[in-house]
Order: sequence, then C-alpha cells, then structure tokens
Amino acid sequence: MSGHESTYKPNTGIEKWLDARLPIVRLVHGSFVDFPTPKNLNYWWTFGGILAVCLMTQIITGIVLAMHYVPNTEMAFASVERIMRDVEYGWLMRYIHANGASMFFLAVYIHMFRGLYYGSYKAPREISWILGVVIYLLMTGTAFMGYVLPWGQMSLHGSAVITSLIGSLPLIGEPIQIWLQGAPSIGNATLNRFFSLHYLLPFMIAGVVILHIWAFHTTGNNNPTGVEIKDPKKDAVPFHPYYTVKDGFAIIVFLMIFAGFVFYAPDVLGHADNYIEGNPLKTPAHIVPEWYLLPFYAILRAITFDIGPIPAKLGGVFAMFAAIAVLFIIPWLDTSKVRSLRYRPLARQFFFGFVFVCLMLGVAGASNPDDVVIPTGGDKLRYEASFEGTAERDAIKAVAASHDGKFSASKGVATVMFDDYHDATEFAEAAGIEEKPAVYHPGVKWLLVTQILMFCYFAYFFLVLPILGLVERPKDEPESIAKSIHHKEPTEGSAIPAE
Amino acid sequence: MKVIKAFVAGLALVGLSAPAAMAAGGAKPLHDGETHLPEWTFSGPFGKYDKDAVQRGFQVYTEVCASCHGMKLLSYRNLGEHGGPFDKGDAEVTDALVKEFAAQYTVNEVDDIGDIVERPARPSDRFVDPYPNVQAAAAGNGGAAPPDFSVIAKARHGGADYIYRLMTGYPDPEEIVDGIIEFNDEHSHGELTQPAGLYYNPYFAGDTKENWSGDPRHAPYGGFIAMPPQLTDGRVEYLDGTESTREQLAADVAEFLAWASDPKMENRKSLGLGVMIYLFFLALIVYFSYKQIWRNVEH
Amino acid sequence: MTDETIHETVDEDRRDFIHIAAGAAVVGGAGALAWPFVAQMLPAMDTRAASSLEVAVTGIPEGGEIRVLIGGKPFFLRRRTPAEIESAEAVDVSTLRDPETDDERLRPMGDGNLNRALLIVSGSCTHLGCVPVGPGSNTGDFGGWYCPCHGSHYDTSGRIRKGPAPTNLPVPTYEYNADGSAVTISL
Repeated sequence: MSGHESTYKPNTGIEKWLDARLPIVRLVHGSFVDFPTPKNLNYWWTFGGILAVCLMTQIITGIVLAMHYVPNTEMAFASVERIMRDVEYGWLMRYIHANGASMFFLAVYIHMFRGLYYGSYKAPREISWILGVVIYLLMTGTAFMGYVLPWGQMSLHGSAVITSLIGSLPLIGEPIQIWLQGAPSIGNATLNRFFSLHYLLPFMIAGVVILHIWAFHTTGNNNPTGVEIKDPKKDAVPFHPYYTVKDGFAIIVFLMIFAGFVFYAPDVLGHADNYIEGNPLKTPAHIVPEWYLLPFYAILRAITFDIGPIPAKLGGVFAMFAAIAVLFIIPWLDTSKVRSLRYRPLARQFFFGFVFVCLMLGVAGASNPDDVVIPTGGDKLRYEASFEGTAERDAIKAVAASHDGKFSASKGVATVMFDDYHDATEFAEAAGIEEKPAVYHPGVKWLLVTQILMFCYFAYFFLVLPILGLVERPKDEPESIAKSIHHKEPTEGSAIPAE
Repeated sequence: MKVIKAFVAGLALVGLSAPAAMAAGGAKPLHDGETHLPEWTFSGPFGKYDKDAVQRGFQVYTEVCASCHGMKLLSYRNLGEHGGPFDKGDAEVTDALVKEFAAQYTVNEVDDIGDIVERPARPSDRFVDPYPNVQAAAAGNGGAAPPDFSVIAKARHGGADYIYRLMTGYPDPEEIVDGIIEFNDEHSHGELTQPAGLYYNPYFAGDTKENWSGDPRHAPYGGFIAMPPQLTDGRVEYLDGTESTREQLAADVAEFLAWASDPKMENRKSLGLGVMIYLFFLALIVYFSYKQIWRNVEH
Repeated sequence: MTDETIHETVDEDRRDFIHIAAGAAVVGGAGALAWPFVAQMLPAMDTRAASSLEVAVTGIPEGGEIRVLIGGKPFFLRRRTPAEIESAEAVDVSTLRDPETDDERLRPMGDGNLNRALLIVSGSCTHLGCVPVGPGSNTGDFGGWYCPCHGSHYDTSGRIRKGPAPTNLPVPTYEYNADGSAVTISL
C-alpha cells in the first residue's frame, strides 16, 4: 500500500523471520509510519482518518446490534426497542450506530468536497477518486438497507418508494423489483435479505477502502497547493508521528460532535414516524429519506415532465442515478491543468456556488414540491368550471367580471380567482357552483426551485468544469510545497490554518 | 478560511430552514402564543424526570388511557425500574408494588393438557393489551385503532409538548353546540361542523376546510381526531393529593409517556457528561502533543 | 554542561510527558469504552427478570412430578410417596459420592417445618447437562431419575448413586409461599 521504499529495519530475529515470509509489518510501516506525506496538509485532509474511524465504529456497533436484532417483520420493531430498554448499554450501541451513519455521511461529504476543491481527482489520482465514489455508492446502499431494519413507518414506506423506482424501468423493471423484494411487496423476505446485505456491504466498503489507500499511496497524497512533492526532505514529513497526531486531534474533535448527538440529541437526525411500527395499510403523510440522501431525493422528484419517450417517473430515476454517476467521470470533465482552486479564483466562486446548490437541494428534498417558497401575493380563492362553446365561456367571464374575479380559460375549463371571500361566494351563487372554492397560493413552488437547482448541479459538471478550464486565467502555482510555505503570511496559532 | 465560512453559512441555512419545513407539516397552534407549556424538568443536558409527575402520570394512564391504549413494548417490571412510577427507592417495596399491579391483569397460558388457561400476569410479562388484536381495537373505536403508547413521545414531532397540547387543545364543551363550533378570533370567523364521531383538535394534523363555513383561507388550524376529549378537571383523584386540573393531568401523563418512551434518558445524559469531559481534556492534551511534534516544521 | 543543553533536556522531558499523557489518556478511554461492548453480551434485563418463577405445587400427584423451565433451565418438582421418602432417608450418607442427607436437600416452609414430600431439584444431569427421565418412565436403579445419555442413576433425593455424574442434582434457591401451596424458584 506504499508507493515508496519502506525504511523498515527488522531488528530482532523473529521480525526478520516474519519479514522474509510475510512482510506485513513492512507494509504497515511503509503505509502508516514512514510514508512521506506533504507537510502542508490542512484540517480538511483529516477527514480520511475520521472516515476510517466512522467505518470501524459502524462495523463494531453493527456486529453488536446484530447479536440482539431479529430480522422478522413481526419482531423487528420490538427487538429494536428491546435493545433500547433491556440489553446492557443497548441504547448506547443503537444510538451510536444510528447517529454514526449521519456522522459518516457528514464526513464523507466534507471529504468529497475537499477532493473537488483541491482537484484530488485529477491525474494521476483518477482511480483513487473513482474508488472513493464506489465507496460512497456502497455507503448509500448500506445506509438505505440499514434504515429499513427497525421496521418503522419510514423504513417500510421509504423502502417501498425506492424499490418501486426500479419498477419504473421499462419491461425488466417489474420483474427486477419483485426479485429484489422477494415478494410482490416489501415484506419479510425483503427485510431478511436487506439484513444480510446490510451486514455484508460494510466489509466490502472496508475492502475498497484498502484499494483507495493503496491507490493514493501509489501516487502520493495530493495537498492544498496541488503541486507534487519534489524533494521529500523539504516538502514532506513522515506520516507518523506528524499526521497520526494531527488526525488524532481532529478525530477527537469530531468525536465530541458525534457524542453530542448520541448523548444529548439522539433522535434529532431521525424521523418521528420511524418510531411507529411499520403498517403496510397506512402511509405516512410525508415520506422523506434520511438527511444525507435528501439532495438525490429532490432530484428524483424534480422530473415531473416526460422527456421524449422517457416517462417522468423513469426520467426522475435516471436523473437521480446520473447525479451520482457523473461523479465517476469528473476527472475527464475538468479540463483545467491546475489542481488546487487556490490558484483558480473564478473556479473557486463556482465551487462555492455548487456547495450552496447541494445544500439547497437537501432543503428542497425535505420540502413538499407543491409548497410555495417565494409567495408572489396573498392567497386567492379559485373556482373552476367547465364550459362548452364561447357563449358559455363569455357568460362565466361576465359573471366573474361583475364580482371582481380574475378570469382565465383553457381547454374548456374556466378558472376564476378572487381576493375577497364575499365576491367569491356571490360569484358562486350567480354561476350556480355549489362546491367551495379552492385555496390557491400564488408564488414560486419548491418544484421549480428544485428544477433550477438540479440544472445548476448538472451544469457545474457538464458546463462549468469543461469550459472554465479552457477560458479562465489561473494564478501562478508555487514551484514546490516548501516554497508555498515560505511565501505564506505567518499564521498565528489558530487551530485551523488559513484556506 | 473562506471554505469554512461557506460551510458554516451553509449549515446555518440548513438549520434555519429545516424547522420551518417541519412546522409546515404539523398542526399549528390554535391561538399562536397562547399555549403555556409546562416547564419540563427533563429537558436540557442535565434534565431529569420529575418522579412525582411520572407517578401521577402513570395513574392518569391506568385510569384514563389504558382502557384503549396499550403499551405492549413495556413489561410490568419496567414500572419498578429506575425513574419508573413504582421506583420507591426500596427494592422490596417496589417489587411488591409491581407484583401486585401485574397480578391485576391476566395472561393466557397453555397448561399440561393443552387447554388455554388464564393466570395472573407476572412482573416479567409484557403489558396486556386492552384489545386482543388491531382489528378489534379498530372495530371498537370507529375504525381508528388507538395507537400504542410504548414509544409515543418519540413517535410524534414535539414529543411531550405535542401530547400536552393535544390533551389540552380540545375546545371547551360549552363552545360546541350540536357539533358546531363558532370561531371568532383574529384568524377565523365562521362555523366549524364536527363530523359524526370525530372531534376537533387544533393540534391534530389534518384539514378543516371541508367542514368550515367561512373563507377557506381562514379555516381553523388542526383537524379532527377520533378520540373524544378525555382529560377534564378532577377526572382522576390523585393519590398524592395534587389538584387534578386538566392542565395538571395532561402535563403528568405527558411526563409519564416521555419516561416510558425513553427510560434510559438519565443514564444517557450522565454518561454523556463523563464522555464529553473526557473528550475535552483528551483533545487538549493531544493538541499540545500535536503542537510539540510540529513545532519545528514549517507548514 | 551549558545552560542551553540543560534547557533542552528539560524541554525534552516535558515534551515526552505530553506524548505519554496523550497516549495514556487514549488507552484509558479505549479501555473504558470496551466495557459497554463486553457488558452488552451479559443477560439482558428481560432475561434476568424471567429468572424466577412461582409454581403452584398443590396439583402434583403423589409419586408424580412436574417439570418447569425457568430462564430455559429445567427443574423437577416431585411429590414423593412415603416409601420414597423412607428410602431417601435410609441411605448411609457416608457411602455416597456426594454426601448429603435428605433433610439438607429440602427447604423449610413458612412455619419452619420441612415438607418432606416435595423435592425440588435442577433438571440437568451434573455430568454433561442432559435432562434425566423420571416417574412414568425409567427411574433408574434407585427410584429417582435416570439419565439416558451416559447412564447416571439418581435416588429419590436426587443424589447421584451410579454412573459418571460427579455430584447430586443441585437444589435451586426456592421459597414456599405463606400457605405452602406454591414455591418461588430462582436461578
């Protein structure tokens, strides 16, 4: 896992004996002790170590939970509550595991944005990046299946929504959906296989993590300047103790945030409905995924129109998968030769815009698409009446006009809007309408906002990254890591270095 | 630094908009700002349950709620555990109380010759449900099965606040004439007709437009619930002599249900304090260690 | 030694101290963290709560027994005939592998007297934990219980008399209720 000659010197006889047969100590030594690491890595680089801690935490607490959990639709919910009430420290294990998933995603998103900002996906680190995206995909799959296991209302209906997405594929969709579920609907068979796979995938993640480390240890770490190590003596320090202690400090600070959630707000990141046992006959009012999947959920719902032969539902599925799939090809979409956005002022502005778009997509995913974001006036009362022929239409129009109603018509349906309730009732009486008026909220709805955000999301990858590299004028990169440090303004003892 | 600022700004934004998004889904208060919530002793990082309130709330639950709402995930022994209504500080007294309480209920058992026989419940038994199954519960309650109360405070947005508001939110009986409630406040002017078998509650999620005589834009907040109002002044005669006003009953039963939903809360918070103190000092020591190691490296 | 080198040495010591302190704090924390992971495998509260049981004994016929499971472990409650009591008391204790008198294997009722008819013993053979057979089947050479796995014979006081088992069938902790109609057996 190290792309350099290890300085490991076996001293005792047994060390030499082992080293000649299985140089595992040499491997670990070369990868995590004397590995030359750029000396200018900032705190954004500590999230790799933090993620390793997250993975270990999830695996260990997960193994514990699996000792007590029962993957059966009749007993799953009660077995989780038994863990919370009767198992020694069971509440601690479950709260660490549930909040650990959120912490894991928080860290992985920061890690990914760091990679985007400093161009860590660019040659020669494409494979490191792609393996990272694979890890992220496996994480979403694991998290999704894990969320089903407590068998609450969100578990059941959330998984029903997601598996039905696959059912929207033409021809093969439905057979695949039934195959995935093991039944015509989400049931015991589904729960059992999700439990099995939820236990399996983290170990696959661990395997890909090893490949991920192997890959970037072969190329060497990227660093905030994006300039490669020229002289290891001047530009680099050994990983241990320099980065073990720095990562260690960052991990402890991260654990404080983690512990804050586990001990003082353990349910704040979850959804109350998941404490109601799953009931296939009753769907919760608002189905939302966990917060870390909200941006993709927003994209899924943003396609409400057919695109050529692709029906809207399928279009949403494609858009959602494309939103993740695009990450794989970033190394070839970005045309700039300069890695770090430190030296690309214009690209940096776009990057912050992109981060904002992602956060807003998350908010959009939590909101009802039909809710108004920006109201453009007070709520109005709306009547709809069908008509036949222009004479009938004009009659309605005349009645509407005499009561201050705003009339519009299309496709044989007249719509009349009122500001005033009395005008509306008088109009209804005159027009012989018995129903009550509907309430219309004029304004920009979340749906439109989400569609714009989705456009921005894809535009960043398909327009900004390719074009900007060709048209922008980057600042000069430093000659070496060591030079970049000498030229920097001295930073006073702040815990987080500048940039 | 810019990156950090952007992240902080982004997180703040998410933080601000998330509660707004949540509020849109739930019921809004009847008269904004007029609900005085009890001051829960269990909120905050050092909060603990008020033992007396839990005990009173348990009395409310058994005398008022238990005939329809089960708590099937709890066992009778839980009542004597730390912070529970029968936790009297003396294990023997507590055990006797729990045993006596459990014995009021009967559970079915298969005897040696295969007959189903009844026996008194033991402390280790789960709470006996008031209905034999969900279908019976629904059929006995106009089609709406009363929800189980084991984790009800976690299963509703707002938790104990929601329970308190719901229980005290029903209009006073004199406000309802032949199923019609007259509204004349800042928000709503008009009449609301309660559908048969349903009761208006401003905190229950729903829609009142269909039953509202006035401007639909000003239809009252809330919805219709299948449960008639339960808590009235003096409904329960408290064993400890506390005056049982409607507000007191609601606050106590909310406290009991909060305890039942999260009985490990006190353990959690006290362990959390130790963990936070440890992590704080560890962070400090490791930070100094970090500074020492890096002191000669320009970076 | 110059002032400077002294200063260096002091500095060196303090530096080492902080690293050792950091390491020790991490190790200590990890040790404390290990406890919940160990403790979670202990019997859970519901399991412990189910580890005692009140059993009505009035319905046991003379010469018969009932078998109950407490926390998954079997127990025998046997109402002995006068002849069985007599044979249990007649044994010369000094000849036994695990010497115990019959009285030592009984517990007093509420009034302090022994109920000699009722014998309560664990239902797992002390050899390798099989469940011996009893009245109504093969009671073995000594009229008590016989373990079919490896042929241990127990007498009417549940004492080992023949076969590989090392000790008598253990008597669990139990208490009679006030009128002697039921016993509460605890693990």
